[in-house]
Amino acid sequence: MSNASSAPSHATVLPNGWEMVIGLEVHVELDTKTKLFSASPNHFGDEPNTNIDPVTLGLPGALPVINRRAVELAIRLGLALNCTVQASTFHRKNYFYQDLAKAYQITQYDQPINIDGYMMLPGDVRIGIERAHLEEDTGKSTHFGGTSGRIHGSDYSLVDFNRAGVPLVEIVSRPDIRNADQARQYVSELRSILLAVGASDAKMEEGSMRCDVNVSVRKADEPFGTRCEIKNVNSIRAVGKAIDYEARRQVDVLESGGTIRQETRHWDDSEGRTHTLRVKEDADDYRYFLEPDLVLLDPGTEWVESIRASLPMLPAARRARLAQLTGADKESEAVYVIVERGQDDFVQLVADAGGEPARALVYVQQAFAEAGANPSVPAKDLAALTLLERDAKVTATQAKTILAEIVANGGGDAVAIAAAKGFEALDTSAVEAMVDAAIAAQPDAWAKYCAGEEKAMGAMVGAIMKSSQGKADGKVVTAILQAKRG
Amino acid sequence: MESEFVSVVNIVDSIRAGKTTASAVLEQHLARIDKRETEIHAFNHIMSESARANAASIDADLKAGKERGPLAGVPIALKDNMCTRGVPTTCSSKILEGWKPPYDATVVTRLQQAGAVIVGKTNLDEFAMGSSTENSAFGTTRNPLDTSRVPGGSSGGSAAAVAAGFAAASLGSDTGGSIRQPAALCGVVGVKPTYGMVSRQGLVAFASSLDQIGPFTHTVADAALMMEVIGGHDPLDSTSLDQPMASLTAVLGQGVKGMRIGRLADMPDGCEPEVLARLDAAFVALQAAGATIVDIALPSLSYCLTAYYLVAPAEASSNLARYDGVRYGLRVESADLISMYGATRAAGFGAEVKRRIMLGTYALSAGYYDAYYGKALKVRRLIANDFAVAYQSCDVILTPTSPTVAFPIGEKTSDPLTMYLCDIFTIPTNLAGHAAMSVPFGTGAHSMPVGVQILAPALGEPTMFRVAAELERAS
Amino acid sequence: MSPSSDAKTTPKITAQVVAKVAHLARLDLTEAELALMTTQLTGMLDHFGDIDKLDLSAVTPMAQPFPIKNVYREDVVVPGLDRQEVLDNAPAPQDGRFRVPPSNGSES
Repeated sequence: MSNASSAPSHATVLPNGWEMVIGLEVHVELDTKTKLFSASPNHFGDEPNTNIDPVTLGLPGALPVINRRAVELAIRLGLALNCTVQASTFHRKNYFYQDLAKAYQITQYDQPINIDGYMMLPGDVRIGIERAHLEEDTGKSTHFGGTSGRIHGSDYSLVDFNRAGVPLVEIVSRPDIRNADQARQYVSELRSILLAVGASDAKMEEGSMRCDVNVSVRKADEPFGTRCEIKNVNSIRAVGKAIDYEARRQVDVLESGGTIRQETRHWDDSEGRTHTLRVKEDADDYRYFLEPDLVLLDPGTEWVESIRASLPMLPAARRARLAQLTGADKESEAVYVIVERGQDDFVQLVADAGGEPARALVYVQQAFAEAGANPSVPAKDLAALTLLERDAKVTATQAKTILAEIVANGGGDAVAIAAAKGFEALDTSAVEAMVDAAIAAQPDAWAKYCAGEEKAMGAMVGAIMKSSQGKADGKVVTAILQAKRG
Repeated sequence: MESEFVSVVNIVDSIRAGKTTASAVLEQHLARIDKRETEIHAFNHIMSESARANAASIDADLKAGKERGPLAGVPIALKDNMCTRGVPTTCSSKILEGWKPPYDATVVTRLQQAGAVIVGKTNLDEFAMGSSTENSAFGTTRNPLDTSRVPGGSSGGSAAAVAAGFAAASLGSDTGGSIRQPAALCGVVGVKPTYGMVSRQGLVAFASSLDQIGPFTHTVADAALMMEVIGGHDPLDSTSLDQPMASLTAVLGQGVKGMRIGRLADMPDGCEPEVLARLDAAFVALQAAGATIVDIALPSLSYCLTAYYLVAPAEASSNLARYDGVRYGLRVESADLISMYGATRAAGFGAEVKRRIMLGTYALSAGYYDAYYGKALKVRRLIANDFAVAYQSCDVILTPTSPTVAFPIGEKTSDPLTMYLCDIFTIPTNLAGHAAMSVPFGTGAHSMPVGVQILAPALGEPTMFRVAAELERAS
Repeated sequence: MSPSSDAKTTPKITAQVVAKVAHLARLDLTEAELALMTTQLTGMLDHFGDIDKLDLSAVTPMAQPFPIKNVYREDVVVPGLDRQEVLDNAPAPQDGRFRVPPSNGSES
């Protein structure tokens, strides 16, 4: 998955002074062994209806008992999102649907476990988090007949309750997001936080992280407009596309004199558009009331503080630390990528072994895309290579070759490899002589280059690299040519 | 009914002493069932075959010197709203007809571990909603003492089964009086334990914050023994009280000397004079045994009916939503899901259940919650506060269990509110979550039994049982 | 049994409301049942109006008998139910799952 900030900006600017107002409701499945209220396995991908028990199936007489680990993970997430953790209760949300075994979902209503948090996005953008509450997941239906796989017009459905009762945390943002870019950054950062605290595997493709997007538009500084909720947004890319589509749709409707209905819409990724799923009606009456089968959840200061103390350093802090170490921008792609891979500690190791941190960052980003958090190469070997390149003993291109060999062999002495390959960087005066020779040999190219035709430089650089047998540093060559042109 | 081997304690002792066997005791009970069940209809399902196998295995084990528990060989009946693995559990509703639970309720497991021989599943008002057992989809249960009269309800089958000698003891569930009222009307002992003392796991829910399982027995000592077997903490029920079960059999002989017995200064209207006469006699008996009588007030008593008939249906409307034809029970096939739900539930539920689902759905719905359900929860607090004040000046409170003796079948079926008024004395205990029990204390009109109700605070069972034992001695 | 004269009280129930409630509860009631239900609910709610004369403004609602808190289960798998035993009880099992008629997307 690409990180948010490095991707080219997709922030759509709406015409005529319209502004987007976006709020996200993200459901994440917690990484527990068992379900929220019963001891069946919480496990994706098993045979249908094999992870079931009386509670999961809503059998008569079955009673819920809350999973301590799920509470702990919810608190970990809440703290990571700067929330206040409070005493909380569970309610029943009553509605009939085939996926919902008891015909009510046990969820948190007016006293959720986590409230009033926030997340920082690049550019010091603060997105408020209203709440992050615990609830149970539903089962899953597969639709047959009619238009294949669609719920509308199907002949029948088959229901699997393996997913029913899996613990979820629903993270509800405040409507502080103003464009698709921020929305993608928010989801991406949330995913990084989930992975960092071990709350969820956050796999959008398996549905363990699911986004509902609330979109409305308004003229700047006017009150919020009527919002639509978009469901089935199953990737970070789709979050951006769905928002841009929906905001433009709403502007078109409003500018042609229409009004926006409050409704739930479905994102069709293949068509790249949203459809009406259902209009919000008065009939949406969930008859919430306190779940009498459960008791107050009051984790208490002691438990909360011990969880806080056990939290790892969060991605934002790790990025800041890495940026400081390497001199890179904390919002640069390299910094995001390395922290997401968890390789910032390895960069630190290279630096600790005497390596040059900025180059270490580049090497690790280049060489260890698949390596996981702990590349199996001695940090000192990388450190030695950074110094060779820093001291211009090898060119950048040569360093890359040496790096590849070190990685392939699980380590190696950079100096020895350079010697074995006959690598040496030419000093500047030798390169200058080669540049002069090349100008003399290709007067036409030089003239064109001097006239401002940049690509004319290519032929001269190529000749120089060839005559130096790759020992000239391309960057040095270019710099000399530019200096001579004046 | 012959008096031999009727009480639980007597059966347990006789089997232990080798005077009889579990099988013989069972056959004695099965013979009574054979003789009178067609007339009384206490059961939805009789388990003769498994009971015989179970009794034989107990006899074999006892003969081999193995310990089989405190209820070894005692025939026991279960209200048909407690899950029994592989054995039909219907709640006397067409919507669950034929359903065989894949698991056992905690109380069932505990009874089995104690050596009880389960003889069958007893009839009830559908989903325990009623006071006469006339609301069963499978026919009315009749009072064994006068078969033209109701046995009370909703646990009418369990009360009748004990009264008729079909089982030495039985379990019922009590949401607003469903153990105590039929116990009173059938002349047996019935206990509604403190909320959380007996696990609800596997009890098909009616109103979760009010439901509690308890025993029906012939004697107070039997009830104490049954409580010790079924009570105590269960990790599968979040509302189960996390403390050891108090010994009740040990306190029965302690008497009531020095105890303060509360008497309602303002008795609600509508009680039969004979019922009130028996209550007076109970006060006299306790006074004679050394207790003092204290007048107390429960100012919110008259509002309990309203609170109960809003809270219980509200919870029930949610608890009964799961009967939707998808995973178990009845389904009426239809073209689409919504029609299937509507048709299934219309066909599967009886009139009283539908009425309460409607009432509860209404009380919770947008725009009405504050006016009904919200207010009812506040009245619930008022009655709990009333009790807290009352128990500062007394240890237990004595009331009639039911304002009347068993009434004729069909007398109250046309007006739901009249039927609801049967519960006036029993409901407050459920709202507060306290303990209460009904003890037979003579007879009233038509020579039908009268029950005296002992109300005790939360966890007040030991005191309550001492009073019950004293009344039993005096009756 | 007469309703309180207090004006703050309880809304009246109408046949229309009863029909809406029946739909919420997924109960297909016949016209006759709806009419009877309207009458009976009206009678009950009139009676239940008795609590309107109480001043409840300072009273805390009581949803459960006791203020128990923090009852947890450890995150340990316990073997669940046998699928076949469960499906044997189902009205329409198919391919290890529960078959239902089409829902036309009323929820998702």
